[in-house]
Amino acid sequence: MCSLDSLLPGDKAVISSISGKTNEEAHLMEMGLLVGTQVEFIKTAPLGDPIELRVRGYHLSIRRSEAHAILVDKI
Amino acid sequence: MSKTAPTIDIPPNQLAPADVALIGNPNTGKTSIFNALTGLRQKIGNYPGVTVERKSGIMDGPEGAVATLHDLPGLYSLNPKSLDEKIARDVLLGESHEDGNIKLVVVVVDAANLSRNLYLVSQVIDLDISVIVALNMMDSAENAGVHIDVQALSKRLSVPVVPIVATRETGIDLLRKEIFAAIKNPSPELPDGILSLDDTISTSIAPVSDWLIEHTELSSSARIAEALRIISSDISADVWRQIDGPPDCLAHFNEFVADARAQLEERDISWRMLEATLRYRQIDEIYADTVREVRPEIDSISVRLDMVLTHRFAGPIIVVVLFALIFQTVFSWAEWPMDLIESAVASAGAAAATQMPEGMIRNLTVDGIIAGVGAVLVFLPQILFLFFFLALLEDTGYMARVAFLMDRLMKSLGLSGRSVIPLLSSFACAIPGIMATRTISSARDRLITIMIAPLMSCSARLPVYVLMIGAFVPNEPVLVIFSLPGVTLLTMYLLGICAAIAAALVFKRVLKQSDTPTSFIMELPPYRRPSIRWVLMQMYERARIFITDAGQIILAISIVLWFLASYPQADSTDNLTPRERISESYAGQLGHAIEPAIKPLGFDWKLGIGLITSFAAREVLVSTMATIYNVEEASETSVDLRTALRNETDPVTGERVYTPLVAVSLMVFFVLACQCMATVAIVKRETNSWLWPTIMVSYMTGLAYLASLIVYQTGIGLGLG
Repeated sequence: MCSLDSLLPGDKAVISSISGKTNEEAHLMEMGLLVGTQVEFIKTAPLGDPIELRVRGYHLSIRRSEAHAILVDKI
Repeated sequence: MSKTAPTIDIPPNQLAPADVALIGNPNTGKTSIFNALTGLRQKIGNYPGVTVERKSGIMDGPEGAVATLHDLPGLYSLNPKSLDEKIARDVLLGESHEDGNIKLVVVVVDAANLSRNLYLVSQVIDLDISVIVALNMMDSAENAGVHIDVQALSKRLSVPVVPIVATRETGIDLLRKEIFAAIKNPSPELPDGILSLDDTISTSIAPVSDWLIEHTELSSSARIAEALRIISSDISADVWRQIDGPPDCLAHFNEFVADARAQLEERDISWRMLEATLRYRQIDEIYADTVREVRPEIDSISVRLDMVLTHRFAGPIIVVVLFALIFQTVFSWAEWPMDLIESAVASAGAAAATQMPEGMIRNLTVDGIIAGVGAVLVFLPQILFLFFFLALLEDTGYMARVAFLMDRLMKSLGLSGRSVIPLLSSFACAIPGIMATRTISSARDRLITIMIAPLMSCSARLPVYVLMIGAFVPNEPVLVIFSLPGVTLLTMYLLGICAAIAAALVFKRVLKQSDTPTSFIMELPPYRRPSIRWVLMQMYERARIFITDAGQIILAISIVLWFLASYPQADSTDNLTPRERISESYAGQLGHAIEPAIKPLGFDWKLGIGLITSFAAREVLVSTMATIYNVEEASETSVDLRTALRNETDPVTGERVYTPLVAVSLMVFFVLACQCMATVAIVKRETNSWLWPTIMVSYMTGLAYLASLIVYQTGIGLGLG
């Protein structure tokens, strides 16, 4: 288990835990990131932040700080 | 606004048309469906008091039936995180009657991105309104290997689902038929809410849902859905905390919400996750039953384009080169129409002058009104051309990539990547830059961006820089390859950027709200072919808003400035030179009056007049100085004007009045001061208040004064005077 922001480009993982303590996490859940959802880490922006994910068939950009609170299991 | 929008004629002998709302996630092709259904009979305006665009149109049905289609702002969820989403939510919950009494909602869904789009669908179905799902972009879904069983989906959702390819107008007729069938025969029994809650959750949310009975006319399933949202989100709860009511009713509300959350926490259920978890659990089931997914092995065109366009090295270079090209094009395209407008205004003025008897009315018409209209129109070419490119890039999906690439830079200022485009555009002109802030969803980020945008050195400052550098900065080499004039010019641009950074950091602290940290959760939509029609609509909209709303303010200010520079008028028999005339005008008197205040900056009363007249626009300083020095050629490259400035001596001391130090101090003042009435007018329009333009003028003038004071006094101290 590791945090979502520690993945590398090309890595696929399944979300194993979201703390649900902040409004940003609630927002991410509305966008479809839930426990059990599969995510693919696509790339990092040139200055190291934000990151690009593929989730539920679409591409989503979030900041590392937002990804840090989400734990995943790599597949 | 409504008074300028074209009216839509409803044929007589018909009842008022039914109101239908069109909603959907951003990037679902909602606008193309709206255009396909309504044709050209559209009405564009704004929701009262806010700058959210409001569109409605008349839609024809069978046998002469008509309906009004309201295009609501794009949204991901009914839990309103931005003003756009709040407006759409209010209309759907029947709390805003701006768009009539909505009885039918068409939800536009991106078929290639069905799972996330179903979240909004599921929320809307629970509102107990008739719903039709318009399953758009069926072609991209098939290409992406997403095969949807439309009938099965319709059955699972208990609402009609119409497959569509809006760009090719496939399925539009079927959608139209379904809409009018639903209007004619509203289904007597709506599905009893899509979400099934277990008993413990139902019990926990019951008090909040019962509280809603007293305050709304929502049906029972809509109340349960809204109660679920209130408990799951403080944003939704806060909406209800704003409503008018006796204090104890609000106290009850807070108590019920807190109780429900506490009960859920006791059972180890995170209340913030409640609604999303329940809805996605059900969506995942529906998706598994109705969609067969065979994602192709090869990457889509979008992914391959992004390998270059958001590449670590190539991405930022492409942004810089692309915007340099755009600005260059805007300047060269805009030059000709701007010259044309200026000469048309001049000849209109001359024509009016020959037609009218001499006197105050003629002067007011020619130098006040016609010149003022010219001051408004001259901005149009830049606004139109810049928005042509911005809208084109927005519609392809590239703007989201720019925000992605630049977010890290803006994050240190407390802003997000969405502020990059408005700030970049402001190097051309702050007016379109400020108008481009509408894509920033956070109200606070948008306000900060508006407040710092005029510090970017715009094209109107260039004439001032060129005149001062040309007259006072010697052409000497610096570090072999650079020249002193070039370095000076660059310094002015950098000064503006540094001031903007500092101002952003200050505003960030002042406008701090603990509950809204900046976040950057943004979809990167697939690249799409832009719609020229949408691009043209965007250009028309910006031009219309600028002329009707900002234009009035600009016209009013130019008449005041004309009056100050022309009155009191000396007898026409006195053969006064233009210089004597302007120095005896109110503007001249003001220039003399403020001289003690601007003396410490190195400015005399003549520059004081220039500061007053150039509030119309910065480049007016050049023509005012030309009038004062009686120079025929009123341009920044005029040799006569440069010589006149250099040779100006104090009649008492015989010393030079303008030195290189004064020139630098003046340029610094122009970098920082808000010398532009059009900026003031557009900030009033975009913030819908006089408070922010007042703050802007005050802080920028204060900053300019302080910086020039430091420059001049330090220079004097170092013996550079």
